[in-house]
Amino acid sequence: MSNVSDLNMGAIAGQIDSEPRGPRPRRRFSRANIFIYGTLLLVSVYYLLPLYVMIVTSLKGMPEIRMGNVFGPPMEITFEPWVKAWAEACTGINCDGLSRGFWNSVQILVPSVLLSIVIASVNGYALSNWKFRGSELFFTILIIGAFIPYQTMLYPIVIMLREIGLMGDLGGLVLVHTVFGMPILTLLFRNYFASIPEELFKAARVDGAGFWGIYFQIMLPMALPILVVAVILQVTGIWNDFLFGVIYTKPETYPMTVQLNNIVNSVQGVKEYNVNMAATLLTGLVPLAIYFVSGKLFVRGIAAGAVKG
Amino acid sequence: MTAIEQDRARGAADGRREKSTRPSRIFRNPMAKLASLPMIFTALVVFVGGTAWTVFYSFTSSSLLPRTDFVGLAQYERLWTTSRWIVSIKNLAIYGVCSLVLTLVIAFVLAALLDRKIRGEAVFRSIFLYPFALSFIVTGLAWQWILNPDFGLQGLVRGWGWESFSFDPLNNPDIVMFGLLIAGLWQGTGLIMCIMLAGLRGIDDDIWKAARVDGIGTVKTYVRVIIPMMRPVFITALVLIASGIIKLYDLVVAQTNGGPGLASEVPAKYVINYMFQAQNLGQGFAASTMMLLSVVIILIPWAYLEFGGRKQ
Repeated sequence: MSNVSDLNMGAIAGQIDSEPRGPRPRRRFSRANIFIYGTLLLVSVYYLLPLYVMIVTSLKGMPEIRMGNVFGPPMEITFEPWVKAWAEACTGINCDGLSRGFWNSVQILVPSVLLSIVIASVNGYALSNWKFRGSELFFTILIIGAFIPYQTMLYPIVIMLREIGLMGDLGGLVLVHTVFGMPILTLLFRNYFASIPEELFKAARVDGAGFWGIYFQIMLPMALPILVVAVILQVTGIWNDFLFGVIYTKPETYPMTVQLNNIVNSVQGVKEYNVNMAATLLTGLVPLAIYFVSGKLFVRGIAAGAVKG
Repeated sequence: MTAIEQDRARGAADGRREKSTRPSRIFRNPMAKLASLPMIFTALVVFVGGTAWTVFYSFTSSSLLPRTDFVGLAQYERLWTTSRWIVSIKNLAIYGVCSLVLTLVIAFVLAALLDRKIRGEAVFRSIFLYPFALSFIVTGLAWQWILNPDFGLQGLVRGWGWESFSFDPLNNPDIVMFGLLIAGLWQGTGLIMCIMLAGLRGIDDDIWKAARVDGIGTVKTYVRVIIPMMRPVFITALVLIASGIIKLYDLVVAQTNGGPGLASEVPAKYVINYMFQAQNLGQGFAASTMMLLSVVIILIPWAYLEFGGRKQ
C-alpha cells in the first residue's frame, strides 16, 4: 500500500490547473493521471476496508482478536466462527444460528419476488396498452405514494393484516413487499411495454387476441430483459429489508436481517466478534453474489430502482 | 397475398375505428380494469387511505389501541416538547446536511475522475458501488466493529504507541452522528456516483472541445459548464438523497441503537418506538405525520421544478 501514498504525494506536488493548453498528449504517467489514479486508489481503500475487515475478523479466533490488530490478516485461519454463526448463535432462547433466519428469508423472498413481478408486469401492460378512464390517475397516485415515508402507513397495514388474519405471518409480509414494490416495478414495466412498437399490439388485436393472450404470447416473452432487472431489484431489496420484517413478523419468522441484528446487538453473554462478522457476511452474501454475477444489469436495476427514493 | 393485404387494410381500419370509439370499446373489455385492481387497491386503499388514516388518528388520544377521542393538536404539542423528538430532529438535520453535501461532492468527484477515460473504470466502479448491494444492517454492524474503541481503529492506533489517540464516535454523544455518517456515505455514495456518471456520459464531447479551444482549464470547465448542464441529474440525486435521509432507521438500529443515551435518535426510530414498543400510538401518528409533512415540503418544489419547468 506504500505506493498509494507515493502516488498521492506526486499529485499534491503537481498542480493540475497549470497544465499545458491544447490537446493533451496521452502519456500514461502524466501528472493528471497520477492524481486521478492516486485518488481513486485511496478512495477504493475506504470502500474495500469494511469488507476486508469483516472477512479477516471472521476467520480469526477470539484470542487473536483481543490482541487488537483489526486489519491484520489471521495468523491461524479458523472456520469455526462461520459454523457457529450459521448453526449455533443464539437469539433469545433459540440457539440454532442464522440458518433459521436464512430459511425464513428464502420463504419470504421467493413468493414476494414472484407475486410482485407478476402483478406489476400486468399493471404495466394494462397501463401502456389498455389505458382506461382514470388509469393514469391511479398510476400517478401510486408513484407519489412511493415517496410517502413508510412510517405513515405502517399502522393501518397492521390493522389490514389483522383483519385478514395474516398479521405476524410470512404471507402478510409477502403482501407488504408486493404493495411497496409495486410503484417502481409498475413504472419499470409500463415504460418498457410503452417502448414496444404499437403495431405489434394492433396486429395481435386484429388477429383476435385478447388481453391475456397478448400478454402471455407477445408481451411477456419480449419482456425478458426487464424481468431480469426486476428480479435483481426485488431480490436485493427484499433480502435487505429490515423495517417490514421486524414489524410484520414474529420472532420465529424473523427474516435474516432482523435475526442478524438480534444476534450481534444482544446484550447477554460475551461478545464474539468473529462470530458476529461471520454472521454479517453470511447475511450480505446473497445480495453480494447477485451484484457480482449480474454486473451491468445490477447497475441498470438500481438506476431504475433509484426512482423509488 | 390478397388475403394478407385485406387483413392489413382491415387492421388499419380497425386502428382508425379504435381511436374514434375508444371509450366504449374499452368499456366492453373489462379485463384491463380487473387486472389493475391490485394497483388501484394499493394506490387508493393502502397509500391514500393509510396515510389519511394515520393523519386522522394523529389528532386523537390513541394510546394502546386507536380511538376516535379527539384532542386537537395535543399530540403535536407534546411531540414538540419531548426532548427526544427535538434531539431526533437535530440529529437528522446534522446528518442530513452533511450527508447531502458530502454525497454530492464525493459522488461527483468520483464520477468525474472515472469519466477521464481511465483504465480499469469498471473495476473502480464495482468497488464504489458494491456497498449499495448490502443492507443498512450489514453496513451498520461492519462499521460498528471497525469503530470499536478497544479492538477497532482506535485500539490499533493506540497499539502502535500513540496512547492518547482518541477516535470513538459511537460512544461519544458529540460526534456519534458522524460515526453514522461514515457508514451511510460508504453505503450510499456509489449509487449517486453511477447517476452522475450517466449524466456526464450524456454530455456532448463537443462541449469539451469547445472549452479546450477557448483555453478553459479542466476544473473550471467542470464548475462553470458541466455542472450547470447537469442540473436535472443533480436534482434527481438531491431528491434521492433527501428521501433516503428521512427514512434513516435501519442504520441507526444496527450501529448505535440510538445511543449513547439519546444521542443518535432519529425521527423514524421515534415513530417505530412509540407505535410498537411504548404503545403510545397517538405520538407515533403525530411524529409520522410530521415526517410526511417534511417530505411534502421537499417534494413540492421538486415537482414544480420538474413538471412546471417542462411546459415552458
